[in-house]
Amino acid sequence: MTETRATDTLSVLDRPNSYIGKTVPRPNLDRLLQGRGQYVSDLEMPRMAHVVFLRSPHAHAKIVMIDADAAKRMSGVISIVTGRELEAVITPWVGVLSHLKGLKSAPQHAIAVDRVCWQGEAVAAIVATSRAAAEDAMEHIAVEYEELEAVTDMCTALDPATPVIHASLGDNLAFERTLDAGDVDRALSESDVVEADFVFGRHTGVTLEPRAVVADWNAAEARLTIYQGTQAPHMVQNIAALHLGLREAQVRVVCKDVGGSFGIKVHIYADEMATYALSKLLRRPVKFVADRVESFNTDIHARDHRCRGRIGVRPDGTITAFEIDDLTGIGPYSMYPRTSAIEANQVVNLVGGPYVTPNYRARARVVFQNKNVMCQYRAVGHPIACSVTEGLVDLAAARIGMDPVEIRRRNLIADDAYPCASPSGMRFEQLSHHASLAKLLQMMDYDALRAEQAALRARNVHRGIGIASFIEVTNPSAAFYGVGGAKISSQDGVAVRLDAQGSVICQTSITEQGQGSESLTAQIVGSVLGVSMERVRVILGDTDNTPYGGGTWASRGAGIGGEAALQAAKALRRNILDVAAAILQSTPAGLDIVNNSIVNADDGTPRIELNELARIVYFRPDTLPPGIQAELIATRHFVPRQYPFAFTNGIQASWLEVDVETGFVTLLKHWVVEDCGTIINPQLVDEQIRGGVVQGLGAALFEKCIYDERGQLTNANMADYLVPMSGEMPDIEIGHVVSPTQESELGAKGAGEAGTAGAAAAVANAVNDALRPFGAIITEIPLTPQVILTALGRI
Amino acid sequence: MKAAAFAYARATSVVNALELLAAHGDRAKVLSGGQSLMPAMNLRLLSPDILVDIGGLAELRGIAVRGNVLVVGALTRHVDMLRSPEIALHAPLLRDAVAHVAHPAIRNRGTIGGSLAHADPASELPPCVVALDATVVIRGPAGERRIAATEFFKGIYETALSPDELLVAIELPVAGQGSTFFFQEYARRHGDYAIVGLAARAVVAVGGFTDLRLGFFAVGDRPLLAAAAGKLVNASVTPALLAEAATALADELDPQEDQQATAAMRRHLAAVLLRRCVAALLARPELEAGAAT
Repeated sequence: MTETRATDTLSVLDRPNSYIGKTVPRPNLDRLLQGRGQYVSDLEMPRMAHVVFLRSPHAHAKIVMIDADAAKRMSGVISIVTGRELEAVITPWVGVLSHLKGLKSAPQHAIAVDRVCWQGEAVAAIVATSRAAAEDAMEHIAVEYEELEAVTDMCTALDPATPVIHASLGDNLAFERTLDAGDVDRALSESDVVEADFVFGRHTGVTLEPRAVVADWNAAEARLTIYQGTQAPHMVQNIAALHLGLREAQVRVVCKDVGGSFGIKVHIYADEMATYALSKLLRRPVKFVADRVESFNTDIHARDHRCRGRIGVRPDGTITAFEIDDLTGIGPYSMYPRTSAIEANQVVNLVGGPYVTPNYRARARVVFQNKNVMCQYRAVGHPIACSVTEGLVDLAAARIGMDPVEIRRRNLIADDAYPCASPSGMRFEQLSHHASLAKLLQMMDYDALRAEQAALRARNVHRGIGIASFIEVTNPSAAFYGVGGAKISSQDGVAVRLDAQGSVICQTSITEQGQGSESLTAQIVGSVLGVSMERVRVILGDTDNTPYGGGTWASRGAGIGGEAALQAAKALRRNILDVAAAILQSTPAGLDIVNNSIVNADDGTPRIELNELARIVYFRPDTLPPGIQAELIATRHFVPRQYPFAFTNGIQASWLEVDVETGFVTLLKHWVVEDCGTIINPQLVDEQIRGGVVQGLGAALFEKCIYDERGQLTNANMADYLVPMSGEMPDIEIGHVVSPTQESELGAKGAGEAGTAGAAAAVANAVNDALRPFGAIITEIPLTPQVILTALGRI
Repeated sequence: MKAAAFAYARATSVVNALELLAAHGDRAKVLSGGQSLMPAMNLRLLSPDILVDIGGLAELRGIAVRGNVLVVGALTRHVDMLRSPEIALHAPLLRDAVAHVAHPAIRNRGTIGGSLAHADPASELPPCVVALDATVVIRGPAGERRIAATEFFKGIYETALSPDELLVAIELPVAGQGSTFFFQEYARRHGDYAIVGLAARAVVAVGGFTDLRLGFFAVGDRPLLAAAAGKLVNASVTPALLAEAATALADELDPQEDQQATAAMRRHLAAVLLRRCVAALLARPELEAGAAT
């Protein structure tokens, strides 16, 4: 037995010709670069109609009357459908989860019925032969509104004088969570206390391809096929079936290429639900592709938080306590089905997380308002928690005159202290804060940079260094959604089969949005099987043709889907060796698969090629010994059970220059050290981190959905909403520390959100570091020239 | 985001274009590079009945030197100006400015005539032609007329052009002896419209200005040729004099507030730009600090 598994006990990751830990090109690159991607936006079908939504110009209003008579008579118009009419086909929903105690929301309709609650909510659907024809008709629909007072300022949303958006809920408080660990009052009473208000700009994840759906109800089959750019096909299947009155088996969700997701496409949107319903109502394929203005007005927003934070510190640098009071406005409805309480909940979970202090008190309140819905976007809650924590740590260091690195060194959880838990109950298997800090300082040459900063300051050039440690939630178990009653799977499955010419087909329930799911799956399967990657074909994104699973979100694809792939490949490998042993009159233990051939395990002598083995199995099974039935397909599933989340950690640093006359910030360099456990493809991991950093830098300097006091989004276009662009981005250098999780054989944790988690905090700390001679402290992002000049008293 | 239906005519000559404009009046729009017009139509902010496409009119293309005048055809694209040796030699300010105009894809289609006729107060080329004392050449039903660039811009998206006229060329005096130039703008990202910008032409002799034209942009409803520049000409430029000029400049500005900047911030940035411009043109970095703390 021991001998049998000699090649197995040598980790499957270390096999000859392993692709694990190697930068190999993604299998889908050529297809995408040659313009052969299959995006929903490009999909055409016979009899396909296009839907455009007439959207409310008001933040809050009664719908008195909709007159679509003239529009219905226009050329190309197939149907115009109101919310009331669509109700016959699709039921409303309420975005709550039972484990978020007290979370409440109101029923939301696919198209508004009687009342609109944010500027951009759909009021009517215009279905026509082309998008242009639908837009022409839209101009001829008359809607009479009776404007209602809009609740826009989250700070006053709970005041008694403020109108209640949903009378049935009693007030505008969607969710509140408090936490009190250790003895915060005593700790603060024995410390220097520093406090600050941290303000975050509401922003959104601007995907290159907007949200896109083609829904095709086939009345003959009584089956709905939904082609959609989504991160969670099985979740879409479940929700669509539930609200259309269908069984899940009557809904197929197909998700081929997706032009960017970032958490934007992990939710169920009202206009997408309306599109499914319209297809059923009209018995034909209906396509909805959000245009850019609609995207800004209806894609979930995120991060609209104000957080008061306090930190206690002793003269020797010991951090004694953290305390936060977080307030966030989520729009008029809690989003479905993941809810809009998760971000605030994460903030409570994560503040202070890298540090040893046991004293932590938190309150988070989530309030309704008449703005676009807010929900989870890449690194949910992390940038808020990290900015508050790391901002407070820097303020504490400044208060006692200690270097920002030194205070972290004295307070970060020791690398040998694991397993342990945070005051908020987060359990850490193995983190590497100190190793990461040491590596970061070496990469950035911290001391030299400090010297350069001092020299430049003497010449009136103001540069700053900002550092931010962070922890990241990855590989979520059922603790995230399942326990709250959401039908969102936390397990994933992979099926691997050997075809008749020795090629491998691999079906996985994780999805691909450009982050490399296809590549990492092929790398793992190829490595474990002993088959070259170009022989491995990966199929994803089809509820009819993949195992059941969660999809790709919360940095779970590699850690969970990757482990399922590894186990499935191991199982198929055993099956192949069993057959090989029968054919070759050997034992499975005496054989191995290397480079597409069965070889002798001891000396590597080739025995039979896989394609020959497959030929025998599929076409000449009569030649196999009696009683041998080959199974050249294997399926395995995986879900983490020991830890609710596989926490990762890392640290970031920013080096930048502030022009104190103009308030403009120039990013000069950014460093990240990150520990995601086993690295499957270094380039993919680094690209993920860089992309995440760029989104964090966008939050730090540029991105904000600007609403006026009446609840109008005033910059819903690419000219006025500033996404980060390459011209402003610094070089981003990345290093790794590797602490594999022991919960899986693969050992991989997630890496998708690490970059976003800490980038803004590092930049904010660097700006404050640069402005130290001026006594200005800014705890608000985005750090616009206006904000900086105001803080400097220049204007 | 689809444009409303419109008719389309591709002009075969300037005369033909003028006939089309005469026939349709303000229901027509001239299509040049389309870099501002097409987005506005797709957003249904503009719904012209007909587009008169002048893109095929070779007579409107090209850059040529005639005596001491540099003539730039209205259809000359930004990228053409960026690469033109004539522009580099005789009007380098335009080259410097064009580098700030949006991104390569837009510079490959956008034209100087389109930019000037569009008259966005935050765009780069209008202040350049004002600073360079250019002349705008216009053809209409009554023939050709010339108008000083300083008289051409009338307000936000408003110019001296009437609906039946076509901007056909820009005439620029070639750069003389001792001419120096300065172009800078403050924008949140490369390629964005400026929050505040300055295009300047100066003649420097013996350490001072014998001429100085300062074309500020994004500080009002049209490019501003700052009269405050006069304080610095034929004078010994000291920090005190520069501060005086900045004060005078502030009185001339009428900046708008928008999402990027308050009026106060625009005034502040204009003063910073003035100091930096003068310091750069005179090669006296100490002037840049100004009254700054």
